[in-house]
Order: sequence, then structure tokens, then C-alpha cells
Amino acid sequence: MTVTPETRPPVPPPSRKKKRLTDKLIGLVMIPIDWIDERSAIPRGVHYFLFRKVPSDTNWFHTLGSATLTAFLVQAGTGVILAFYYRPTPDEAYDSIRYITHDVTLGWLVRGMHKWGASVFIILLFLHMARVFLFGAYKYPRELNWVIGVLLLVLGMLQGFTGYLLPWDQTAYWATVVGINLNGTGPIAGPFLAQFLRGGNEIGPNTLTIFYSMHMLLLPGAIAFLILVHLYLVVRLGVSSPPWSHEAAGEDRQEPEPRGPGLVRPRARGRFAR
Amino acid sequence: MEPHHGDMEPHSPGPSIWPIGFAVGIACVLAGLVVSRPAVIIGAVIAVVFGALWARDAMRAGRQAEEAPAAAAPPPVATAADLDYEAETDGEVTRYPRNKFLELSTLGLGGVITAVVALPVVGFAVLPAFRDQVSFEVDLGPTDNFPEGDWIEVQYLYDPAEGDVSRRTAFVRFNGMFQELPSYTLISNRCVHLGCPVQASGPREDNQRKQIEVNDVQVTQTPILPANFSCPCHGGAYDTEGNRTAGPPVRALDRYKFDIVDGHLILVERYSVAKVEGEGARARIYSYGIQGPGEHVDGFEAWFYPIQPQDLGS
Repeated sequence: MTVTPETRPPVPPPSRKKKRLTDKLIGLVMIPIDWIDERSAIPRGVHYFLFRKVPSDTNWFHTLGSATLTAFLVQAGTGVILAFYYRPTPDEAYDSIRYITHDVTLGWLVRGMHKWGASVFIILLFLHMARVFLFGAYKYPRELNWVIGVLLLVLGMLQGFTGYLLPWDQTAYWATVVGINLNGTGPIAGPFLAQFLRGGNEIGPNTLTIFYSMHMLLLPGAIAFLILVHLYLVVRLGVSSPPWSHEAAGEDRQEPEPRGPGLVRPRARGRFAR
Repeated sequence: MEPHHGDMEPHSPGPSIWPIGFAVGIACVLAGLVVSRPAVIIGAVIAVVFGALWARDAMRAGRQAEEAPAAAAPPPVATAADLDYEAETDGEVTRYPRNKFLELSTLGLGGVITAVVALPVVGFAVLPAFRDQVSFEVDLGPTDNFPEGDWIEVQYLYDPAEGDVSRRTAFVRFNGMFQELPSYTLISNRCVHLGCPVQASGPREDNQRKQIEVNDVQVTQTPILPANFSCPCHGGAYDTEGNRTAGPPVRALDRYKFDIVDGHLILVERYSVAKVEGEGARARIYSYGIQGPGEHVDGFEAWFYPIQPQDLGS
């Protein structure tokens, strides 16, 4: 028997009551979002960022960048909470680390996340870099984003270097002595760099606070800023196809339909304006 | 329309072999620094030659790109605004546009305000590490505790106010009298490779350890019988005069000057040593100003470190 419109079993009509309820709920959620959208266009921007077009043949390797970003956010979150309890002075640093690890509720977990997450962050940085390199995604017009990525790698390694001193145990102390002296062997500027990192002729209380401040404020701030620039360039230039892609490169971007005069269309109320 | 996906756009300079040659040259220099001197020179020559060719290519491509649109563009036509401006400037007094003045003064004032705020902050961030660096003199206790010819490992605080973080170690040996003056050898335990603590290879007589109080500061003296000194980090080894015998260090162990005041041995400033000939009181010490670990004090490598932070004074 062939299926014709006449013989097809009738589709039950959608429950009007249920639909009306979901509509109402969505409408309720959208009221504050629309309110913010009309005044700031921020939800629209988030929508654009999350639902932008990417090549159809992207694969799991393209998620390494987001994974690295996630690792950084974990480091930032756990680091801020560790700072609640950590005291950066030579007499107290080691004891406060012991206190966090053994006495503070779930301190062992948060410190462990921060400690092992640091390695995860660096490993993911390198994997992401390898993906970009092997896919040739650093080529024109994305060279600048590669350069920013290299800066992020250097800053990430500096985070590792400065964070390593903070537990203030024997490993931390001597590893930092070696690390600073290694910098000191650089030609001409090396001794001055080492002197700056030590905060004087000898490693002492200043060294610990300088490293703490760099690890807490200077470097994460710089990394966060560069990540924003990095993401801006990713959105502006688009995600690159894999090297084996059949999609033609260099196609013009599909421009959205032109807007009317003014920033916000009247129809934008109740819907995302795209 | 502005090109967004510019992968098809030509960009300058076109592909060439020059950057690859440049990279090979740099790699050759880096490998040569580890392996052999001649390779450094060859690598440098390759890098310079290919770098110059690359730069010439890039400049030529840039010039062509500039010339091409200039030739294609129609001759500029004076617009109404230009004519207005000319009419203004053609008068007897050359007028300076107000918006230009406001723009420059905003930028200038902003720059001045930024400099006034930022320079002291940058100075505060950097200068304290270089100024008012005091070198401490440390009392190591009565000279009676240092019998002639015996090595004593001395642990002391170079700045008691800083506490345990200022704990340092020196190896001290009394060499007896030389020309009616006492002679001591005071060797720093910091490896001149990268600053790890050098250990005395040989028995430590911990049961004869002395802990004495000098001016309310604790000094620990442990007799040792070193066959040589060696570093746990990267395997640097030194003989008992501090000369390098093996491993990565670039010179002999640093030493301290000393003084004797009221029968007490005083440790004064540290200095760097290229090598030591002879032994004990009759040793000939090739001494230099203090340098950081891993920095050569003699030979052409010393040219890499022309100025030390300490040279600038305080």
C-alpha cells in the first residue's frame, strides 16, 4: 500500500495548553534578557559568538583551544581561593601550605586541582599549538594570532616558574635559585634580570612576595587580556578548515541582512536580533 | 568589500627559499654554540646572507605594492573641503586648525599625566632591587675554633633580621701563619654553575658539631674531611681549593675576604675566582669582582657580562 496523504495516519495536533505554557516560560525568561539586549546588545553579542559559522569539517582537535581556556579558568578560580589561606612570607608560607593541605576542609582538593591543573594547562597549550602548527592554521591571515599564542605560552611558563616557588619547600627554593641564575647567565641583561627577580643581591623575603605578586596579579591579568585578543581574532578571522578540507578557502563571508536605521530594530523585542 | 577570508589574496613577499636558509643559519649558530665554534661562524654567515636576501625581497615587494596603486589611482581632485582649507591658509596669517590643536593637546596632556603616574611606579617596581644593597659582615666566632689545617663547615645568618632565609654556608680552613699574618681559606658553598649548595665529599663529624652564639646569633660549626666538593644538582665537582675538576661550572668556587677583630674571624665580602694555583697560604688566587653563577670571569665569554648590577653602586 502506498502512503498517500489520505492514508497517512493523522498527526495528533500539538497540545495547545502545553505549548502555551512553554511559550509563557520562554517569554518570562526572555523579558530580562531582552531588557538587557535592548540597552546593551550584550546577549546579542554572546549569541553571535556562540552561534557563529564554522567550517563543517572541523573535528575534535579544534576543541584543544577551548580546553586550554577551561584549564586556565580552573587555575584562576582555584588560585583565587587558595589565596584566601596562603601567606607569602618566608616564615609562614610553608606552614600555610601545610594548613591548606591538611586542615582546611577540601583544601587538599583545591590545592591538588591547582597543582595538577598547572601541568594540564601547559600540556594543553602545547597540544593546541601542535594542532595549529600541523593544520597550518598559523598561516595568512592568522600569523598575528600565532604570535599572541606564543606570548601566551611564555606567560604560561612564567606562571609555572613563579608558582613553583610559593610552597617554599626545599624543592621550590633550590629550583628557583637555579631558575633565576639560569636567567642571570643571559648576555649583558642577564645579571640585571636575575637581580630584578631576586629583588636584590640575595634570595630573601622580597623574592617570595615579588613572585607571589607576579603569579597572582601581573601574569594572570596579562594572560586574560591576551586571551581576549586571541578570541577576538579567532572570531574575526574564522576557524580554519583542516588541511584535507574540500571546502574552498577564500570565500567571501555571508553578510547578514542589512539593518534598518538605528541600532535596534523594533522587531528585536521578544527575539534575538541577528 | 573588505576581504575577510584573505587566503586567496597575494601577500608579500612571495614564497622563497630565503627564510628557510635564514632558519638553517640560526639553527647552525645555536647548535654551534653547544658543539663547535667554527659552526657558529658558518651559521652566522648563512643567517646574515639569507636574512639580507630575504629583507631585500620583502622591501622590493613592498615597493612594488606601493607603486602599483599609485600608478593606477586617478590624479587627486581637489574637493570642496580642500579648497576651503586652502582659502583659509592662503590668507596672510597661516591658521592652525583648532581641532588639530585640541587633538594634540589632549594626546600630549594625557601622555604627561600617564608619565607622571607611571614612571614612579615603574621605578618603584624595579629600582629597590638595585639600590641600598648592604653587604653584611658576619662574625663566625673565635679563631680558636679553627685548628690549623682542618676544614670546618660554618652555617651562619648573613642578615639575622631576615631570619632563616638568610642562612648560608661557607667552608673554612685555617692555613697557619704566613709572613706573620694568619691565613684562612673561606670558600662559598654556592656552586658557580647555577647556585646549588655544594657538599663536602667525605666524612662529616656531626658528633663534634658546635653551636655557638655570637652576638645572639647562632653559628654552627661542623668539622669535615673533604676529598673534594661536589654539587648534587648537575654534577659539578671541585677540588679542595675550589678549582673546577668536572661538570658544567665555568670557574672556581667563590671565596670570601676575611678579617680578624678581637680574636674573632669575620667573614667579609664575596669575590669570584677564575682559578687557584698552589694550595693553602701559598695559593695564587686569580680573583675578580663578584659575578653571578654561570658567568665567566675570564676569557672572551666574560665579554657577555660587561656590567654587573653591583658595579652600579647603591
